[in-house]
Amino acid sequence: MTHAVLAVGLIGVSAWAVAVFPRSVLVFLLFQGSLLFAYVARIPSWLRVTLLGLALLVLMPTIGFFNGYYLEVATQVGIFVALALGLNIVVGLAGLLDLGYVAFFAVGAYSWAIPGSPQANLIFGGNAFPLSAWWFYAFLFVGLMVAAGAGILLGLPVLRLHGDYLAIVTLGFGEVIRVLANNLDKPINLTNGPKGITPIGRPPVPFGMPYSEAFYFLVLLIVAVVILVNRRLENSHIGRAWEAIREDELAAQAMGVPLVRSKLLAFACGASFAGVMGVVFSAKQIFINPESFTFLESIGVLAMVILGGMGSIPGAVLGATVVTVLNLQVLKGLSLWLNELKNAGVTVLGYNLADLPTQLEPAKYERMIFGVILILMMIFRPQGIFPVRRRARELAKQV
Amino acid sequence: MDYPLLLGIFPQVLLDGIILGFMYALIALGYTMVYGVLEFINFAHSEIFIVGAFVGVEILLSLRSAGVLDTLPWPLVLLFVLVAGMAISGALAVTVERIAYRPLRTAPRLIPLISAIGVSFFLQDLIRLVESIWRNAFNLVYPTMDQLNYRFELTETIDVPVKSLVVIAAALAMLWVLHVIVNRTTIGTAIRAVAEDQAAASLMGIDVNRIISLTFLIGGAMGGAAGVLFGVQYGLINPYSGFIPGLKAFTAAVLGGIGNIPGAMLGGLVLGLLEAFAASYLSLLTAGAFGAEYKDIFAFSILILILIFRPKGLLGEVVRGRA
Repeated sequence: MTHAVLAVGLIGVSAWAVAVFPRSVLVFLLFQGSLLFAYVARIPSWLRVTLLGLALLVLMPTIGFFNGYYLEVATQVGIFVALALGLNIVVGLAGLLDLGYVAFFAVGAYSWAIPGSPQANLIFGGNAFPLSAWWFYAFLFVGLMVAAGAGILLGLPVLRLHGDYLAIVTLGFGEVIRVLANNLDKPINLTNGPKGITPIGRPPVPFGMPYSEAFYFLVLLIVAVVILVNRRLENSHIGRAWEAIREDELAAQAMGVPLVRSKLLAFACGASFAGVMGVVFSAKQIFINPESFTFLESIGVLAMVILGGMGSIPGAVLGATVVTVLNLQVLKGLSLWLNELKNAGVTVLGYNLADLPTQLEPAKYERMIFGVILILMMIFRPQGIFPVRRRARELAKQV
Repeated sequence: MDYPLLLGIFPQVLLDGIILGFMYALIALGYTMVYGVLEFINFAHSEIFIVGAFVGVEILLSLRSAGVLDTLPWPLVLLFVLVAGMAISGALAVTVERIAYRPLRTAPRLIPLISAIGVSFFLQDLIRLVESIWRNAFNLVYPTMDQLNYRFELTETIDVPVKSLVVIAAALAMLWVLHVIVNRTTIGTAIRAVAEDQAAASLMGIDVNRIISLTFLIGGAMGGAAGVLFGVQYGLINPYSGFIPGLKAFTAAVLGGIGNIPGAMLGGLVLGLLEAFAASYLSLLTAGAFGAEYKDIFAFSILILILIFRPKGLLGEVVRGRA
């Protein structure tokens, strides 16, 4: 009972606080924390569903209506939740460490960016492109299929590799995709190279909703589908086959698990989520270039999965939220705050902050955040914040 | 096709390839030695390498601002910078092992690898942080030393700068010292024993933890030396510029057969030569359609092909039963 009161109260208070302090990072973190509390609190499930539904479907868009910045953050979180859940299938369930995951995101993004912009005219000639905006919805599936195909393409040659070798090859694959995107502006201009592609068409929106709200709902819908698929997969025979492979490949094979098919399926499934989100991302941003698809992004998504707990769905959601918020809000907030202090010429312990080096920008230190997360989690809590029961037992036995 | 041009640049490309190859070989040693002992990819080795380059540039810049860089004899300066880079990189490698790898030695295989990726990212931004505060810049340029940049013009198209010869000589000396340490000394025997069988080695009275630290020290020192030479040869460094050479050096280690020290040297040379030729000839042979920017793809494709068709590398894997 106390949990129910607390959950309702927290969401209410934090939503009110967001409305009062429209640009406070801390308050927004509180709002996200209250959602998390509602998720883990011991309350009846109808109340949980109502609270989360209310918060995500009504409160968040309302907050976003008054403060677009928060809606942007929420949308970004959603995109990364889907990515983390996709990587979670490959790394968490099947135990295949993929360090080039963002390549599939890139493949999805380019598969809409090229036909959704005048870029395709340069390839096919004529001026049939950009495709009309309705095609966007069809290309959600095209992006899914293309990325899944890329997943199989990567999976096929690396099937025989294990553990760390697999990691390095997937890393190489990610770099290859980025270098290709960077250089395929000749001999045929496919990707327009480092200059990137713009303007990318946006989908038609019902009821004259603002784009930011529409993308929020679209991302939310996709995340809901992805979570559903993930949950169904986890307890299906496919999911169990993946976990069996993760625990002991030889034993799994002996039990009749088809190794080749299961591994390829893991790569394809994981990749397809990234592909769909890639399509959404390219339309949302209007502009994409290879800089959005670096190794840094792959490791960021990996850090999200690890932080939450490999193989755990709520873990992946939590990890994606925390890391994105750290990146988008806390680091940027710190930068702004430091700049304000500098401009005001505040002195700390006799040191004038205006003398701080200009190259010192906290916003640029996302690698450090990822690095610290990865090291600390591995040393102190390798099973993650929200561990899967089976995984926790396995790791406890080992250490 | 312009055959005289293709032939004319050949010696220059060969020289570039050899220098690049020795660089990769020196870095690859760090990967391969650690892999030989722990069967673990030390992902942070690329940052240990670039730390060496930063130590070098800091010392040279300090000497320059003290106004003595051009008056001191350059071999002495270079030797000092090399030793300092090796010492700091080696110490860093040992520290990283102690903090981030040792607690995870019995954990499942992916755990220390992920920790190592974390260390790699952490160190990149740590270098940036330190240099941003210290110098208010993190893209640094090695100060030029006139004697090092003197070029011997062999023919019209080929000239050899002194620094390239120095890099080759230093790399060769380093590889020879390592060869002696590993094959002719008690410590080397102990390292090989630990790589062969940790339990048996510890029963023979070898302190396994000490030997593992020592392996990181030697590998890190080689990486630091490579960092200094990298800076001297190519000039511009930033905290993130160790990553790609590190990845290529790892490819070189796999190419030669991971865990295999002569293999790392051979793999480094082969990869360096292939890359130099790909970078120079790809554009000429395809009439400009594909250029030097594809050289990274070239290196990664080699890595993937070797792992698929010859996972034990050119000279064979020393570590038992994994690929």
